[in-house]
Amino acid sequence: MRLERDVIYIILASLLLMVAIPWMAGTLSEDIFFEWPFFFEVAIGGLLSGVMYSLVALGFVLIFKASGVFNFAQGAMVLFSALTLVGLNEMGLPMWLSVIVTLLVMLVLAIAIERVVLRSLVNQEHIILFMATIGIAYFLDGFGQTIWGSEVKNLDIGFSQEPGFYFDGLILINDFDLIAAVIAGILVIVLALFFQYTRIGRALRAVADDHQAALSVGIPLKHIWVIVWAVAGIVALVAGIMWGSKLGVQFSLALIALKALPVLILGGFTSVPGAIIGGLLIGAGEKLAEVFIAPMIGGGIEDWFAYMLALAFLVFRPQGLFGEKIIERV
Amino acid sequence: MFYREAGEFKASYKADQAILPIRQDRWFIWAILAIAFLVIPTVSSDYWLGTIMLPFLILALAALGLNVLTGYAGQLSLGTGGFMATGAFAAYKLATMFPGMHILLVLLFSGTITAGVGILFGIPSLRIKGFYLAVATLASQFFLIWMFNKFGWFTNYSSSGVITAPPMAAIGDVLVTGAYATVTAKYLFTLSIVTLLALITKNLVRSNIGREWMAVRDMDIAAEIIGIKMLPTKLKAFAYSSFLCGIAGALWAFVHTGSVEPLAFDVNRSFQILFMIIIGGLGSIMGAFLGAAFIVLLPIFLSNAPHWFGLDIPVDLISHIEAMVFGALIIFFLIVEPHGLARLWQITKEKLRLWPFPY
Amino acid sequence: MKERAIGEVILDLKNISLSFGAMRVLNNISFDVRKSEIRSIIGPNGAGKSSMLNVINGVYHPQEGEISFRGEVRKQMKVHEAAGFGIARTFQNIALFKGMSTLDNIMTGRNLKMKSSMFSQAIYWGKAQKEEIEHRRKVEEIIDFLEIQAIRKTPVGRLPYGMQKRVELGRALAAEPEILLLDEPMAGMNVEEKEDMSRFVLDINDEFGTTIVLIEHDMGVVMDISDRVVVLDYGRQLADGTPDVVRNNQDVIDAYLGVSH
Repeated sequence: MRLERDVIYIILASLLLMVAIPWMAGTLSEDIFFEWPFFFEVAIGGLLSGVMYSLVALGFVLIFKASGVFNFAQGAMVLFSALTLVGLNEMGLPMWLSVIVTLLVMLVLAIAIERVVLRSLVNQEHIILFMATIGIAYFLDGFGQTIWGSEVKNLDIGFSQEPGFYFDGLILINDFDLIAAVIAGILVIVLALFFQYTRIGRALRAVADDHQAALSVGIPLKHIWVIVWAVAGIVALVAGIMWGSKLGVQFSLALIALKALPVLILGGFTSVPGAIIGGLLIGAGEKLAEVFIAPMIGGGIEDWFAYMLALAFLVFRPQGLFGEKIIERV
Repeated sequence: MFYREAGEFKASYKADQAILPIRQDRWFIWAILAIAFLVIPTVSSDYWLGTIMLPFLILALAALGLNVLTGYAGQLSLGTGGFMATGAFAAYKLATMFPGMHILLVLLFSGTITAGVGILFGIPSLRIKGFYLAVATLASQFFLIWMFNKFGWFTNYSSSGVITAPPMAAIGDVLVTGAYATVTAKYLFTLSIVTLLALITKNLVRSNIGREWMAVRDMDIAAEIIGIKMLPTKLKAFAYSSFLCGIAGALWAFVHTGSVEPLAFDVNRSFQILFMIIIGGLGSIMGAFLGAAFIVLLPIFLSNAPHWFGLDIPVDLISHIEAMVFGALIIFFLIVEPHGLARLWQITKEKLRLWPFPY
Repeated sequence: MKERAIGEVILDLKNISLSFGAMRVLNNISFDVRKSEIRSIIGPNGAGKSSMLNVINGVYHPQEGEISFRGEVRKQMKVHEAAGFGIARTFQNIALFKGMSTLDNIMTGRNLKMKSSMFSQAIYWGKAQKEEIEHRRKVEEIIDFLEIQAIRKTPVGRLPYGMQKRVELGRALAAEPEILLLDEPMAGMNVEEKEDMSRFVLDINDEFGTTIVLIEHDMGVVMDISDRVVVLDYGRQLADGTPDVVRNNQDVIDAYLGVSH
């Protein structure tokens, strides 16, 4: 990972703002409660939920890198995998078996998507493929709920949801969030290693650069696509388990994909580290804004704040933090 | 054989630059207009006019707006719903602040206000492109809906957050909004506005500004080199597109539903409109109408279909199956004809030129 | 020889240097262009010829040097300034608007001359319509000149390569340019197409007195039609002068034929 000087400046500046603005808001406004331990509690909570955003964004990045497809169905895949897992579990399968069967289902899904959709739309414009993934999203949302029903389901994977106290009881952190963050972190590292050091990973990066060139040196495009969609499916399952046990498995899981989009434009569509750092910045920024800024302007700003934040970033760096800069040639 | 341009000679550039240079096309369009204005209102039931034709026309107008921005100027936008909401709430504020204002003026001004908002959210398009821009337009979508929900001023502090259109007359005392307006009056009013705006849009896209939009879409750097300025060209596209979407939103709230809450214009509305222009055909006026017809009729067909086969399925299951079939059909369509219904129509015309003698 | 009055210097480039990061693309290049002449830039691939054109019409901004157009000195050209001055160009890899017809592409070339308001265009009445017809007449003259009447309404994406090159020339001509920059107008053409294209270039120069800056690999063509030639090699300037002078320059011969050290 090569860090440009600008990127470091931007990250440092945003960290500074994240501290300065809440502090100033706390000093200036009567309505806003500001104390350092409380500030850190909010910030850490935000960072931890940011990890979850990263997890969803990661699925997007994988597919965009390897096929140039902006996969709008990532959120639907999160919902579908979680629904399948809970459904199988409710049918009496033990949890470990349900996980394995769900993984197989996600693999079959990847194959089906490649066979039916991608293969027929190869060489089409990006917007057409993007539309097709919206179609996939509708299909999966409907399909999953047709089979497994649409009532809210509980997913219990055995981690406590109780908050714990850290740093001499000054800061309150949800243990579950901590565990989720660790698991997400491990997943990210595994994926990064997979991309960097395996033969498939290299082929993937080649495909991302240029489909035709990759084909001409004998990389089987079809297999590659199945692999990325399957990996994106696995990432979706992990995200589904995490979000599902936190919020319950329900339709709103499909909407967390929308939360991952600002992460993407912040980090750059093609960058794995971008997805992670973007997720952390958005997660923390959003929570801090909700607690320290929102009371001044009516509250409930989490619907759009992440987008505005990302938009402000884009004005300085149109390609996102880690996206590749495009030099136009004529 | 029966559809052809051979034997038609133009003596002036004016004739050659007419909207429909081929005679059969002119007849066809006049026939469509005659049917729309004369036949449909007399033979259709209120149900057809009110629940199918009205939303079809209004959504086609919004699709026209998005098609200007995305299909002609090449700027992918997911913020259509937000702009429609802006038009609806602007119309409501105007109509309640100035009770005597004529509905046409209300529509014109609410379109203009939306154009201003569109320009504001179009500014980032100078720096960012493609999917980055699409995601950025979601910012406008979420922000605008939040704003209309959050601040009571926009709804005149109504406790439910719903705005209700006051009764307004189009000509004389023929009401087109409110509970006492007849469906036929609403339909003819909407149809006239949509026809007029479609004509204006066609004029724009065949003039210099339209060529500038398409040039920016096809190759922005070359466009810049031949002297097209990015800032005004893109912002004009945003402004005009939002103008149409704003009027569509105002019509939706005032003429179609009568009362509306911000959620009627959420992100799903934006996707719905986007589907229309993709299925209908990007960069085509006709496409906006064909796509809107398809997207409006499909769910009606899907929710009635099991009924016709004598199946009895619970409502929530139907809605899931509907989503499934809808998704599958979208994919099917993209695979069969990625350039949309308008392209299919063109191919049909090309076939008709030769038919019944294929060579 | 041609019977043209070659006028005073209208474009003067002094000590132009351009780099992208650590890569030096142009190194201290100086040459001038006189009114109504055909000025060629030659050199091997990667010599910086296209970059030179990009500097002239403001796509690239050189770090050093100055450009003067009609005596006005500036550090760098801006894209819209160049277009306003009447500097038009064609591209090495065709840069047409693929979704539009031949006619619309060439009409777009006249965008700077169209003055009617958006409102007037919306109602397509009076000024806008008159203007549209007036410009159509001009564009038809160009279509006649380039002999592309038959493909007037064809979307350019469907045209063969040689025709696309011709349409692109038409689009540049539509601006009635002062200076026409042609980036390899004959690349990838067969002999007949090349002859056609050379004829067009000469006719444009002859009939309208348009100044032409030409990049071309075909030495036969370059030496035949150019008034003066500048030779670049790896961003350096090897020679500058009439075709005869350049032909006999030792550095140029070495660069083109290779030299044993």
